[in-house]
Amino acid sequence: MSSMALQPDRGSQSPAQTSPALSGVWVAVAAITMSFAAFTSSLIIRQASGNDWRHLALPGILYLNTVILLASSLTVETARRKGISSLASMRFWLHLTLTLGAAFLAGQAFAWHRLRTEGLYLATSPNSSFFYVLTVLHALHILGGLCAFIYVIRRTASASLWRVAAIDAAAVYWHFLAGLWVYLLLVLRTRL
Amino acid sequence: MSDASAPVAHQHAAPTGLLRKYVFSLDHKMIGKQYYGLALVSVFLGMILSWLMRFHLVWTNAAIPGLRLLSKNGAPGGVMTPEYYLSLLTMHGTLMVFFVLTNAPFAGFGNYFLPIQIGAEDMAFPRFNMMSFWVTFVAFLVLIASFFIPDGPPISGWTAYAPLSAVGKDAGPGLAWGQNLWAISIGLFCVGQLLGSLNFIATTLDLRTKGMTLSRLPISTWAWFITSCIGLLAFAVLLPACVLLILDRVAGTSFFIPAGLVISDHLQPHSGGSPLLWQHLFWFFGHPEVYIAIVPAMGIVSHILMASMRKPLLSVKVVYGSMIAIGFLSYMVWGHHMFLSGMNPFSALVFSFPTLIITIPATIITMIWIGSIYGANLRFHTPALFSLGFVSVFVAGGVSGFFLAQPSLDIYLHGTYFVVGHFHMVMGVAAIFGILAGTYFWFPKMSGRMMNDTLGKIHFWLTFIGVYCIFMPFHFLGFAGNVRRYSTFVDDYLQPLLPLHKFISIAAFLTGAAQLIFLYNLIYSRFKGAPAPENPWEATSLEWSTTSPPPFDNFGGRHVVVKRGPNEYGVDGAHGDFIMQDSPEPEPAAGD
Amino acid sequence: MGKLLAVVLLVIAIGSAIPILMHTWWMPEDISSHGYMIDKQMSETMAESGIAFVAAQLVLAGFVAMFGDKKNGRKATHLPGGAKAVVIAAIALVGTEVLAPLPIQVQAEQFGFYFRYAGPDGKFGPLHPDKIDEGNQNFFGLDPANDVESRDDIIAASLVIPVNKPISLMMHAKDVGHSFYVRELRIQQDFVPGLDIPMHFTATKVGKYEIVCTQLCGLGHYNMRAYLEVKSQEDFDQWLKQQSQ
Repeated sequence: MSSMALQPDRGSQSPAQTSPALSGVWVAVAAITMSFAAFTSSLIIRQASGNDWRHLALPGILYLNTVILLASSLTVETARRKGISSLASMRFWLHLTLTLGAAFLAGQAFAWHRLRTEGLYLATSPNSSFFYVLTVLHALHILGGLCAFIYVIRRTASASLWRVAAIDAAAVYWHFLAGLWVYLLLVLRTRL
Repeated sequence: MSDASAPVAHQHAAPTGLLRKYVFSLDHKMIGKQYYGLALVSVFLGMILSWLMRFHLVWTNAAIPGLRLLSKNGAPGGVMTPEYYLSLLTMHGTLMVFFVLTNAPFAGFGNYFLPIQIGAEDMAFPRFNMMSFWVTFVAFLVLIASFFIPDGPPISGWTAYAPLSAVGKDAGPGLAWGQNLWAISIGLFCVGQLLGSLNFIATTLDLRTKGMTLSRLPISTWAWFITSCIGLLAFAVLLPACVLLILDRVAGTSFFIPAGLVISDHLQPHSGGSPLLWQHLFWFFGHPEVYIAIVPAMGIVSHILMASMRKPLLSVKVVYGSMIAIGFLSYMVWGHHMFLSGMNPFSALVFSFPTLIITIPATIITMIWIGSIYGANLRFHTPALFSLGFVSVFVAGGVSGFFLAQPSLDIYLHGTYFVVGHFHMVMGVAAIFGILAGTYFWFPKMSGRMMNDTLGKIHFWLTFIGVYCIFMPFHFLGFAGNVRRYSTFVDDYLQPLLPLHKFISIAAFLTGAAQLIFLYNLIYSRFKGAPAPENPWEATSLEWSTTSPPPFDNFGGRHVVVKRGPNEYGVDGAHGDFIMQDSPEPEPAAGD
Repeated sequence: MGKLLAVVLLVIAIGSAIPILMHTWWMPEDISSHGYMIDKQMSETMAESGIAFVAAQLVLAGFVAMFGDKKNGRKATHLPGGAKAVVIAAIALVGTEVLAPLPIQVQAEQFGFYFRYAGPDGKFGPLHPDKIDEGNQNFFGLDPANDVESRDDIIAASLVIPVNKPISLMMHAKDVGHSFYVRELRIQQDFVPGLDIPMHFTATKVGKYEIVCTQLCGLGHYNMRAYLEVKSQEDFDQWLKQQSQ
């Protein structure tokens, strides 16, 4: 990960050129979008192919989780806008984002626990299969985002140019994950 | 460099320890060589597997010495069983497509030369780069491990069609743990390629040196950049497919397995899955994969052809445009692999049209190559010969695509040796020729020593004639309706075709043996070859303005400034008929 | 070196064309009512692609022989017309390329084909996968004890059909993916587990032909085959009568 942030902007002919960290994140966003597009189109095809589709009632905690994740998107944006001008304040907002992200994961874990107590496991039905696959993979990406935040917070100790790129990149990734979650929630909720 | 006066520290210092220098290296040049080495091991392994299969096809009951040691169950007494033939077939396809055709021209040469060609010191994310290779290497080990489990490798082919690949041990040997290892290996491979593609794209966009605009990128860099865009989206779809396949196999889900299947007298405990879903996901990856193999080879060959013709291509911009069009269209044609899958005949028309359209950019590129030779001053060194050979085999493999793109003809030819001949010619042989051309061309830069040109030429002639002897008759077999993936030909109508099979097998043994000349040349030249000058081919791109091999930071602390495009051949320069990209003299009137 | 490459390219082009022109290895005779269209399209494609292949190799050979390096004795020139001419030619070249029956059920399984005829009542009995018992010859999983329609169903190991009569095959797989390929019928169709796939054809010539599987289906794939027997209508009726006894 360190290479992502350490990279100074060398190839530029004009100062406006983006940093590798930021373009790297956009490229990653494209790849992850493609993966989840593949998963959700599989869900649509699978729903139409068998007569064993039983729509499942989503645990209510998911809506609370959604609110938490969207709030964390706001806090990371606040941190990003603080920038290098007020380092202490930026660190505060980043810690808040980290906490909210961890709370989201805890909430997701609770949702999985609820489904299991209802007897809905990975292989129980096609809907539960897709529910677990999509939520678990999304949670893994969230975990990756949390690691990025921990890294950014550690690096804010020493101020230099690269840090701006690092927090920009982490913020783009986090906003994307929030948007992705809303999309997944809609797909899992809607009967197509 | 935004500011040439400010010294920029290299992002990671030159390593001193052996482990950091040769094994867990962050240097893109070492990683490129590691990828190339892995591909080299895989290609010889894959070739040996094809020898075993060709031998078994024509001398079905003869024992193959030593095969018993590889697999006790698969070859009792050294005679291959039908299921072991299928295991070898699966491993041959998987090794060649993933670990050779993807690794060597794209990950191998791309890693080594893309940063140098754009004047960068390294990739954008060296740690991701190292991870990408080591994940790929683990994927290779996992795949090879299937040889050493009691059941042997899977028998479902490199396409791993569900439900054969999804139901587990009831469906046949190798479909228990062998298939698990296969799916894990391919999943890991996807991760490695995604990290690699991400690196290539960010590097090309952000690390170009001063004056290196997008239009001044050498054509090989363009090809790697386009390929990484194709690969990013293609492997991002194969990875979910592998995840779902593994879940079907180990967690009891039913993504790909429909209800009511009775396999080996067991009613399978699955319901409602869709086998076509696997085919859709797989071919959505699978067709772009063809271009992941061939587009870098096109770039390498164009790059070498210009240096050997001593003139630019008729229009490099048209070639870029055609390569982008190929990349874009490759996502709209996956269904043409499924004309016979029972989907709506209207869909067949929908997929047939872009499949015919995609031949237009491919034809344009080919005709640009041939047309550009007109009026050239061709130098026939080994890399040039392999590049010209590439053009020839690409045409041969391309025209057979016309047949398969038409659903009505595909009805007859699908599943026959015609298809085998087609994709071996256009994807296998053509891409391998690109790899070999690249090897002879860039070896001096990579090792600091020249390869032996005489041995290189002998290698070319044997290989060029050999591949036609092997793969052209495959098309004839296809016309005669010879079905593929059969370990033995018991059907009556196949008996008259056996002599042709014997011819192919003998040609395959000889052509394969000719590759040992290449291997010898490679190893001998690495240690005993003549020292290579900085620019042995009088080429123009940036890799030729640094030492052979390049120093750790590629340009020895020099800040390269690019003054002009990469194709300044056939002009009046200070040192011959070409001008280097970073050469300081004023731009002459001639050239494009 | 250029001349040598040119000669080799020439030999390759001619060597590849001869077996095709001679039809040394070619499609067997067509016995279906629809096959002549496929044969015609095959010949046209063969002519166009063959000419394209030979022409490309010959032009490549010619250029390679003509434009070898004369040690800088000649200034490099471009093809008259340049890239534009090439693009137009390519598009022009490729552009020209762009364009009640008797029901029988066939089941593909590892590693064979079984065929079911509806019998005198014209109805197929329902299938019960849990009742499949190869040992007792119950390949389809029929339940004649409970299903009236199943009692007169005829199961055969060969596909026997009357000549010149439209056939509707209903294809399903018992286990994994298979394919149904009869060269002479110019027909190839995949079996996809979970799907019932219909296929229509009419055979126009009496004889015995091989049906083979072309979708990799497991260890016995190479040996998975059956016979197609095309009989005259009288012979077919006779055969059907024998089977139902």
